[in-house]
Amino acid sequence: MTAAVMTRPRASFGARFAPAMQIGLPAATLVAMLAVIFWIRPSAMSYFGFTLLFKFAVPLMFAALAQMMIIMLGDIDLSVGSFVGFITCVTALYLDAEPWLAVGIYLGAVAIYAGVGLLIHVRRLPSIIVTLGMSFIWLGLAVILMPGPGGAAPKWLSGLMAWKPWLLPLPIAAALLAAFFGHLVITRSSYGAVLRGAGANPKAIERAGWSVLAVPCAIYAAAGALGCLAGLTLTGLTTSGDPNVAPAYTLLGVGAVILGGGSFTGGVVSPVGTVIGALTLALAGSLLSFLQVPPTWQIGAQGAVLFLVLAGRVLFSEKRP
Amino acid sequence: MSAPDFRAGSAPADSSFSVPPWTYGFIVAVLMWAATIAYSGFGSAGPTLSSALVFAAFSVVVGTGQMLVIASGPGNIDLSMPSVLTLAAYASMSVMAQRDAMVLPGLAVALGVGAAAGILNYLAILLLRLPPIIATLAWSFVFQSFAFNLGGEATLKPPAILSDFTLLSAGGLRALPFVVMLLTAAAFVLLKRAVPGRHLLAVGQSERAARFAGVKVGRVRLLAYTLCGMSAGLAGFLLAGFSGGAALNMGDTYLLESIAVVVLGGTSVAGGQANAIGIWGAALFFNLMATMLNTFQMQAGIRFLLTGALIILIVAAVPPPKAG
Repeated sequence: MTAAVMTRPRASFGARFAPAMQIGLPAATLVAMLAVIFWIRPSAMSYFGFTLLFKFAVPLMFAALAQMMIIMLGDIDLSVGSFVGFITCVTALYLDAEPWLAVGIYLGAVAIYAGVGLLIHVRRLPSIIVTLGMSFIWLGLAVILMPGPGGAAPKWLSGLMAWKPWLLPLPIAAALLAAFFGHLVITRSSYGAVLRGAGANPKAIERAGWSVLAVPCAIYAAAGALGCLAGLTLTGLTTSGDPNVAPAYTLLGVGAVILGGGSFTGGVVSPVGTVIGALTLALAGSLLSFLQVPPTWQIGAQGAVLFLVLAGRVLFSEKRP
Repeated sequence: MSAPDFRAGSAPADSSFSVPPWTYGFIVAVLMWAATIAYSGFGSAGPTLSSALVFAAFSVVVGTGQMLVIASGPGNIDLSMPSVLTLAAYASMSVMAQRDAMVLPGLAVALGVGAAAGILNYLAILLLRLPPIIATLAWSFVFQSFAFNLGGEATLKPPAILSDFTLLSAGGLRALPFVVMLLTAAAFVLLKRAVPGRHLLAVGQSERAARFAGVKVGRVRLLAYTLCGMSAGLAGFLLAGFSGGAALNMGDTYLLESIAVVVLGGTSVAGGQANAIGIWGAALFFNLMATMLNTFQMQAGIRFLLTGALIILIVAAVPPPKAG
C-alpha cells in the first residue's frame, strides 16, 4: 500500500520488462504445455484437436472475465460459480420454449448484479461477504427452478457451440475475440481508464466528475452480463442445466485473473492476460491425461501451474524496497 | 505487502446501537429455535437444540481457525480448509485402520497434516509473495489431489472408539459440543490475554505499527495459518468419526460456511478484530435455520435463498465504518 505514495524507483532490467512478463509468462506456459501435448500426440495439432482441447475453456474464460471486472474494482465475487449454474438452469428450462421469459430473467439477473454493486459501494460493505450471500441466493434460485440436472439447451445454442468456422477452431476464435474486445474496452479506451481508475483511485475518478456509484454499478452489471455469456456457452456445451455445474468457476476465475497479471489492489487487470490465464488453467487438466498421469492428479496440476507461473513472476518482478 | 482491500471497515459498534453486531447470530438463532418449537411442539425443543449444537460444533472448529487467519490482516484468508479437512481425515483414517488403539496417533496425524498444510500455505504467501487467496487456493488444488490419491472413491471407516466418542451423549446432551466449547474458550483466552493472541490482533490492525513495536509479523502470521490448518485437521478427524468415515466431498460445504460464520460472528474482514464466541451464534443460526426449514418442509432451494438473504441482511445491518 505504501508503494503508491513513493516515487518510482529506478527501473531495473526486470522492472522494465515486468508488464510484458505479466502476460508473457502465462502465455509461455500455455505454449509449453501445448508443445508437450503435440509432441506426445502429434494428431492433436489439428483443427479438431484444438477444438477438443479448449472446448470447455470458453465458459471458463467468460466467467474469468466477469471476475476480472469485479477484481478491477478492488472487490472479489464469490458468486460467479453459482450464478453460472443458475443461468444454465434458466437457459435449459426456458430459452427454447419461452425465449422472452429467458431474456427477461437474464436482464433481471444483470440488474440484480448492478444492485449488489450499488449495495456494496453505498454501504461500504465487504464484497467478499455480500457476494458469498449472493452465491447462496443464486444456488437457491437455481435449485428451486431445477432440483437436479435436466432440461435441454435449444438446438441453435448447442449448434452454435458445435459450429466449425473456417480456419480457426471456435474456442480459439472466441478467445481471440474476447481478448481483443476486452483489450480495446478496458486497456485502450478512455472509458477503460475510468473503469480501472474506479478501482485504483476512486477519489480521483470522483473529482474528474464521474459518479462513484454509477461506475461500480456499471462494472457489476457488465460482470453479470459476462456471467450470463458463461452460462449460455456452458449450456450449449453440456446441452442441459445443472445448479451445481460450475462451483469451481468462482475460484478458477480468480486464479485466471491473477495468472494474467491482475492484482487484488484494484485497477490492475489485463483482459488479454485473463483470457490466457483461463486457457492455461483449462489446459493444465488435459495436459496430464496426455501424459497418462492418473486423473486424480489433474486438479493438483492446476495448483502446480498457478505456483509455477506466479513463482516465475517473482523472479522477474522488481525487488521490494 | 500488497494488502488487498475488500472495502471492509472494522465497523465499530455505534453508540446508538445497543446490541453489538456479533450477537445478531445468536438472536436470529433463538428466533428460529422458537419458530421450530412453535411449529412442532415443546417436545422438540431439546432434540432440535442438541442436534443443532453438534452440527454447529463442526462449523465452529473450522470457523475458529479461519477467524485467526482472517484477523491477522486484510486479505488473509484460508481457502484450503475444506481440502485440508478431507486430506487430514483420509490420512488419519488410513493410519488408524479401524484399530481403537491407534486413535491418539490418528489424532496426531490429523493435526500434523493440518499444521504442515498451514505452514505450506504461509510459505507460499511469504516466499512467492502471493495474495493469500491465490496461495491457499493453489494449495487446496494440490491437497485435494493428495486426498483423491490417498482415498480414491472409497469411504474410509473410523475406529469404533472414535465414532462412540463423537456420538457420546448423557441425558440427551451430546458431549462433542462441550469439547468444542473448550476450544472456543482457549481461542478466547488466546486473543484476550495471551501475548501471541495480542500480537495477532496488533498485526491485523496495522502491520507497520506492529513491526515498529517489535512484533515479529511473519512468525505471528505463520502461527495463525498453522493453527488454522490444525483446526481443519481436527474438524476432519471428528467429522469422519461422526459421519461414519472420510469421504471425498466431506469438506465442500465448509469453504463458504467457514467464512460466513466468522464474519457473522463479529470478526472484521479487515483484520485486527476477532470474536471467538460470536462464531457459535452464527454456526447455530446456520444449523437451526436448516432444521426450521426442514420442519416447515421447505425445499432445499428456499433454504439456500434464505441463508444468502440473511447473510446479506446481517452484514448490511452492521453500522457502516466512519468515512475516512
